[in-house]
Amino acid sequence: MDTQGTVKKVNRHEPLGLTDGQVIDMYRYMLLARKYDERSLLLQRAGKINFHVSGIGQEAAQVAAAFALDRENDYFLPYYRDYAFVLTVGMTTRELMLSVFAKAEDPNSGGRQMPGHFGSKRLRIVTGSSPVTTQVPHAVGFALAAKMRKQKFVSFVTFGEGSSNQGDFHEACNFAGVNKLPVIIMCENNQYAISIPAHRQLGGKVSDRALGYGFPGVRVDGNDPLEVYRVVKEARERAIAGEGPTLIEAMMYRLSPHSTSDNDLAYRTKEEVEENWKKDGLAHFRNYLTELGLWDDEQERDFAAQCNLELKEAIEYADNAPFPKPEDTLLHVYSESEEGV
Amino acid sequence: MAMMEYIDAIRLAMKEEMERDDSVFVLGEDVGVKGGVFTTTKGLQDQFGQERVLDTPLAESAIAGVAIGAAMYGMKPIAEMQYSDFMLPATNQIISEAAKIRYRSNNDWSCPVVIRAPIGGGIFGGLYHSQCPESIFFGTPGLKIVAPYSAYDAKGLLKAAVRDPDPVLFFENKKCYKLIKEDVPESDYTVPIGEANLLREGDDITVIGYSLPLHFAMQAAEELEREQGITAHILDLRTLQPLDREAITAAVRRTGKVLIVHEDNKTGGVGAEVAAIIAEECLFELDAPIFRLCGPDVPAMPISPPMEKFFMLSKDKLKAEMLRLAQY
Repeated sequence: MDTQGTVKKVNRHEPLGLTDGQVIDMYRYMLLARKYDERSLLLQRAGKINFHVSGIGQEAAQVAAAFALDRENDYFLPYYRDYAFVLTVGMTTRELMLSVFAKAEDPNSGGRQMPGHFGSKRLRIVTGSSPVTTQVPHAVGFALAAKMRKQKFVSFVTFGEGSSNQGDFHEACNFAGVNKLPVIIMCENNQYAISIPAHRQLGGKVSDRALGYGFPGVRVDGNDPLEVYRVVKEARERAIAGEGPTLIEAMMYRLSPHSTSDNDLAYRTKEEVEENWKKDGLAHFRNYLTELGLWDDEQERDFAAQCNLELKEAIEYADNAPFPKPEDTLLHVYSESEEGV
Repeated sequence: MAMMEYIDAIRLAMKEEMERDDSVFVLGEDVGVKGGVFTTTKGLQDQFGQERVLDTPLAESAIAGVAIGAAMYGMKPIAEMQYSDFMLPATNQIISEAAKIRYRSNNDWSCPVVIRAPIGGGIFGGLYHSQCPESIFFGTPGLKIVAPYSAYDAKGLLKAAVRDPDPVLFFENKKCYKLIKEDVPESDYTVPIGEANLLREGDDITVIGYSLPLHFAMQAAEELEREQGITAHILDLRTLQPLDREAITAAVRRTGKVLIVHEDNKTGGVGAEVAAIIAEECLFELDAPIFRLCGPDVPAMPISPPMEKFFMLSKDKLKAEMLRLAQY
């Protein structure tokens, strides 16, 4: 109780080593990603772009994980819902919009790949594909290189609970476990693989599988960014100390349909979705900051307006940017230089 | 120069490249302590240590996928598939990932990985230790594919593959491991990827192929010349992807009669593409239909000796077909 007679909210971030400024920044990235996602959906509905695949409901865990990593040195292998993650490690809304509009300047792929297929050597975001979970062995390869080269970085890879059933997930986890490699393997369990609910995908817990690979598996509330931050930070410390991989299963809920081509109410109820909106990590984190006096309605309004302005400029830029030249389709099948020889 | 077997040449190439560049490393099943089930990597772990000659779990997609990740970082992995028959679990990693990394990232990322895999039969390996899977990967832009016939080329092409900035599939022929023995320079040299090699000059017929069957073609050619005065012009493709179109058309123009040979089965094989190139570029210079002599269109090679013999190409089969073409 303070002198006003209200319950004082416990500061949970300070013991984790996070400053007030950092948690405010975390929230800002979550909100920016949410706004980006909502705007992309509108662009698709307005016929401006062809396709959008959403990450709404997953921002809290993504931003928290990025904050727990070394954003100057680690390697990142995100999956297609990780807008909040890539924004937090340095991709700009303009760069994302260039990808959405499939323009030549898109740093992810030069307009070649669907949105959500991230890649940027500058940001150490490793290029990804659509066949799910192929990136997990790649992350293990980066971790193997870190060990061989005695470099103090980790690789961080994400994927959904549906794709945790792929052989590549298992093969890669086992390889990492055998060789004690500095890799953090984080499943974003959003309860759905398109239409298939988790209970029809998984006989047990994803995190429990780690036991068979010989390293820790941790299940964490993905709607609680401070908890996600804590477990990813601990995983990173273990990895850097040479203690090997960690499997993290962050529990969350895919609040949007699978993609703009999906009608989710064909396989789940409105009530279920509404129930999960009440658990939205972003809204809860805003309340947490508000209760601590770190955030208020005015700041929310101002920052939302700033996001909207940034997105408007990003969209204008991307919309007006040139497409790739048609004949550029033929470029970059192989190296055009004699590098490496 | 030193007299060495095809398998020794492959080993020497890896040893030299690992000495030359400390980012080169080998990974695969049984490559380390055992030195490979065929002894291809024998002695390498003693020289370079457990990390650079890495025994892996028995999981081909991880072998390829981890190698691809390390290659994207900037390492130069040589991933060994114990038999090419067992590389199919890694096909998604090879075709969906390695082949497309440069392209899909608009030249931002690259994947300089080498994947070695022994191909071919004639060792009583049965269905699953005898296959030639070239046609599965052939026609996937972004991959380079080599398949040496000689010990000299095996060394030079493997060294070129290691230094190549793009993914290379290195299909070594397990029957050639001990069968082919010749002088190979112990010095540093590479054989350029993408260039075919003329093995023999002749004026009556042209034979185009790769890997083991060329050994039979060379023997058959000697006999045909000695016995009947028929001279064969023999082109070794060496690189299957990209194909050396100029060398193919030049070799066909020399005689106007062409026989294409490979052990991989006929339908949809590399030979079909070679035949299409010939049809596109020099159809009216042909004096006979294009001949193809390949493995039969059955799922794979049976182990029973008469059946294996029936499947395999041989000097006699080559000689008969070359004669038939010469007399056409």
